[in-house]
Amino acid sequence: MEFGIKQILYLLLTLFIVLNYGLILQGIMPKIAARVGRRYGIRWYQPYLDLIKNHAKRSKITHGVMYYLGPVFRLTGGIGLLFFLPVIYGSPMFDNLSFAGDLTLVLFFQFFGVLGMALGAGEGGHPYSAIGVSRGLSQVTALELPLTLGVISIAMQYHTLNISDIVAAQQGGILNWTIFTNPFAGAALMLTFLGSMGRAPFDVVLAPQEIPIGPPTEYHSGFLGVLQLNRAIFPVAKLILFMNLLYGGATSWPELFIKTFFIYLWSIFVGVAFPRFRVDQSVRWFLGVPLLFGIIAILLI
Amino acid sequence: MSKSDLEKRTVMSPDGEPIEINPLQDYFCDARPKVHEPVLPILVLGFGTGCGAIEMRPLMTPRFDAYRFGIQWRPTPRQSSVFIISGYLSVKTLKRVIRSYEQMQNPKFVIALGSCTINGGMYWDSYNTIKRLDHYLPVDVYIAGCMPRPEAILAGFEKLKELIRQGKGEGANLYAKNFDWYKANQKKIIKDWDIPDYNW
Repeated sequence: MEFGIKQILYLLLTLFIVLNYGLILQGIMPKIAARVGRRYGIRWYQPYLDLIKNHAKRSKITHGVMYYLGPVFRLTGGIGLLFFLPVIYGSPMFDNLSFAGDLTLVLFFQFFGVLGMALGAGEGGHPYSAIGVSRGLSQVTALELPLTLGVISIAMQYHTLNISDIVAAQQGGILNWTIFTNPFAGAALMLTFLGSMGRAPFDVVLAPQEIPIGPPTEYHSGFLGVLQLNRAIFPVAKLILFMNLLYGGATSWPELFIKTFFIYLWSIFVGVAFPRFRVDQSVRWFLGVPLLFGIIAILLI
Repeated sequence: MSKSDLEKRTVMSPDGEPIEINPLQDYFCDARPKVHEPVLPILVLGFGTGCGAIEMRPLMTPRFDAYRFGIQWRPTPRQSSVFIISGYLSVKTLKRVIRSYEQMQNPKFVIALGSCTINGGMYWDSYNTIKRLDHYLPVDVYIAGCMPRPEAILAGFEKLKELIRQGKGEGANLYAKNFDWYKANQKKIIKDWDIPDYNW
């Protein structure tokens, strides 16, 4: 792969498009959830205003170096995940830093942000941050098991750890998509997807009513702004990963927008219909049906 | 934890070396508040306390739906811009309110609900509530009523936005400028003062 200034510019362009798409999604999805509750909901450009407002705050306080690094690690997790994904299949511009073993790296980046947050939020000294992080980590650990089983199943199915090759194998019709050729792995992945999006019923980590909003309790002003940036980028990167693994990838931006929108809608769909799990319940749930699907997927391949 | 645990004292470290500790001091914030040049703040986040909060709950329901005005409740003072004092304030609560207010980041605004915050309201002769909130915290908007209806609270938020656009919502800077006066008032009424003088 040639790596030059052109590649960096394309990476930045990808980041820019994904950031804006993520912010707009962040505005539209709560609006859809609000319409289910017969409310008007926020304006679609509210996330932009929040971002500007947080960066425009005049004062901020610090709790030391690790406190700074928390949001930086989190954002690195999001951007790293995005940069190592082939965003548009077959496009030399938006293939990004995709390489032969990128699937393993991408799985690692899913976890990286939470670990960084654990270090940074602990430094804030707020007891609720520590509780929130431990809850978040236990939930992510539980969902990582069926997720990894599903991903291994897909890797075994296509005999590759390269996401580009996995996408290439799914081309040529809807019935070639992994969700149809390997439905059990697809089911395990889509169920863990609900948990990794951090929406109801798995949003106890960030639930205002439980413990004041968990890990980011102590983060404010620009720090919160950086976390918000990540909250726009990270879900879209994850959506692109799931689209690549299960739904045949995308050959153009409009196709990507349509596919990722409906994958995101799946988590909203479940979120408005089901109440919130406690962490012990969600851990038990992930180790139940999704894990079973994951094991079946491994056995059947 | 007893009150003596919070006092400044010298303790012996495991190595046998005496060290001075001051549990109430956060070594990252040991300066007086600064007056900040105004920049344009855009959106309002809410943070409620007190008993009159019963009128604030309906704001999030489909009937009033405050979200569409960009108003969202945050449970931590760090991320909030607006402090809603919802109704009467006992001296004991005032202490917590001051701690929370000082932890909020500039620019920050205070909305006072109900007549209790204006002149004591129906608790005007009570021995343990404050009569005028303005003496202890800089109030930007008063919403009169006992209690004000949710519509009135929404109107109050709109009024606050108007004040911010006109550049008049400078409560945080007022607090910084008249810091000694506010602190003297607070210490006059809070008898068991055991919080640091500034704690952000």
